[in-house]
Amino acid sequence: MKHEQLGRRILERAFVSLCQLSVFLPLALLFALVLHLAGDAMGRLGWQFLTSYPSRRATQAGILPALVGSFYLVTLTSLLALPIGVGAAVYLEEYGRRGRLSRLIELNIANLAGVPSIIYGLLGLGLFVRALGMGRSLLAGACTLSLLVLPIVILSSREALRAVPHVIREGCYALGATRWQAIRRVVLPMALPGILTAAILSVSRAIGETAPLVVVGALAYVHFLPDGLTSPFTALPIQVYNWVSRPDQDFVADAAAGIVVLLVTMLALNALAIGLRARLERRTY
Amino acid sequence: MLESDTAAERLAADRASLQPTGVDRSRSVAERAVELALLASALVSVVTTLGIVGVLAFETVQFFQRVPLTAFLWDSEWTPLFADKHFGVWPLVAGTVLTSAIAVALALPLGLLAAIYLSEFASSGLRRLLKPSLEVLAGVPTIVYGYFALVFVTPVLQRVIPSLAGFNALSAGIVMGIMIVPMISSLSEDALFAVPIGLREGAWALGADRLATVFRVVVPSALSGILASVILAVSRAIGETMIVAIAAGQQPRLTLDPRVPIETMTAYIVQVSMGDTPTGTLEYNTVFVIGSALFVLTLGMNLLSQRVRRRFWSAA
Repeated sequence: MKHEQLGRRILERAFVSLCQLSVFLPLALLFALVLHLAGDAMGRLGWQFLTSYPSRRATQAGILPALVGSFYLVTLTSLLALPIGVGAAVYLEEYGRRGRLSRLIELNIANLAGVPSIIYGLLGLGLFVRALGMGRSLLAGACTLSLLVLPIVILSSREALRAVPHVIREGCYALGATRWQAIRRVVLPMALPGILTAAILSVSRAIGETAPLVVVGALAYVHFLPDGLTSPFTALPIQVYNWVSRPDQDFVADAAAGIVVLLVTMLALNALAIGLRARLERRTY
Repeated sequence: MLESDTAAERLAADRASLQPTGVDRSRSVAERAVELALLASALVSVVTTLGIVGVLAFETVQFFQRVPLTAFLWDSEWTPLFADKHFGVWPLVAGTVLTSAIAVALALPLGLLAAIYLSEFASSGLRRLLKPSLEVLAGVPTIVYGYFALVFVTPVLQRVIPSLAGFNALSAGIVMGIMIVPMISSLSEDALFAVPIGLREGAWALGADRLATVFRVVVPSALSGILASVILAVSRAIGETMIVAIAAGQQPRLTLDPRVPIETMTAYIVQVSMGDTPTGTLEYNTVFVIGSALFVLTLGMNLLSQRVRRRFWSAA
């Protein structure tokens, strides 16, 4: 009896240790990845790297066009995706509740969220680049990324709107406000922290996307800065992909440095989102 | 006659008093316009779906007007970019199945054990810390994982398996597995955590120890929720692009050997896109055909996952 209990105890301990290992192994690999990256990137990171154009010589190459391209791309994507996404969320939460049409739209959004990003690239290629004649331009890239992040914007904005208590709306109506007045003056401002978080999350997703931009036709070797919506472009992950796929070992360091810039940007955005959220949530109504 | 006249007049007067004034009417018009604008934003997502289906269907039909379906399904080679063109889709499917299978074989035990730990054994403080930490793994851009697979994992594995090629399915699959761990761990943990505490207490009352309770009661109760998370993870692995494009190679071949270069469906699309393929050519069409197959495959799995998941939550 005693032996059996002891055996069980040991078995349980062993199982829990195995479970702990399963949690920490992926995290340890992530840590290894970051360390390895930092080691590879160390020699290349610097002002010269940020302000130079790509070059055939690995030690003189830089990411200026990619950085500027990503900045334009993400700005345009936000301008397109945020109004549409928040508008859709407001419709689904405040107007179309329980209707047949909104159920169809909801189902559709849930499925879109699971479509592989490269399929959005094919949509962008067929629709924006060819059918609408935008060519392989900054605008086509931004339109494609907007459609890609739209489900994220809608889903998280809806969550933010849902967190606003219903009595607040009823209070507005009791004061004679119309539905839109209540939404614009009261509900949206209250949901703002959540919506901002949604915005920043979607932007940070858009920055890291590679596959759809490859398909839409971002260039791998760009020696100029984009000068308008119709300009050809490159982006940070595209430049990294170009460097990774070269056999020359020196370019690997460039790729690592590019990745570090990408990850630091994403980290900064996420920190901003958390900070903004905490600040706005402290406001009382 | 006279009476009904006055009745009608009264009714008309009532109606007139109920008519909105000028201000009210313009206000209700504005309200209506706002609602329509918002509806239009919501419909963008429907148009997106129609756009995807339309673009893929259009190019796929064009492809099959030039290449018979039998050549697509019964040929064992995929060489549309060579002079001697073959259009058998199976080498690409084999590449996708191989990398996804490796990924899931790694992510399933890791993710499930992590979920059991977080839900059944970890303190709530640890759980609040570890769950989001694991989810960071899913937020890392896939290009970063691709770099990791090619530059770090492959050289390490080559020390153990000398016959491993520089591009191979094994490294790509392993790294992809790490990426999808949080999909399985988070969603499975939700399902495990939702199992009512009463079921556990019942098992303990019957003398079951914690392990028996977990494996005989909690996991079986959450099985459909766990299954849904796994299906979703598989779908994500099938659609994953950059890791396999960077680390698994660009040689379509009908093999299940994880040591040699292969090509997945997604990697083929990238390969063609990186080259200068003129629009309207047969090579251009092939990209959309593969895209269609990918879309149908992942959509089917996502729908299945939703169905299984709904069954779990309605039973819980």
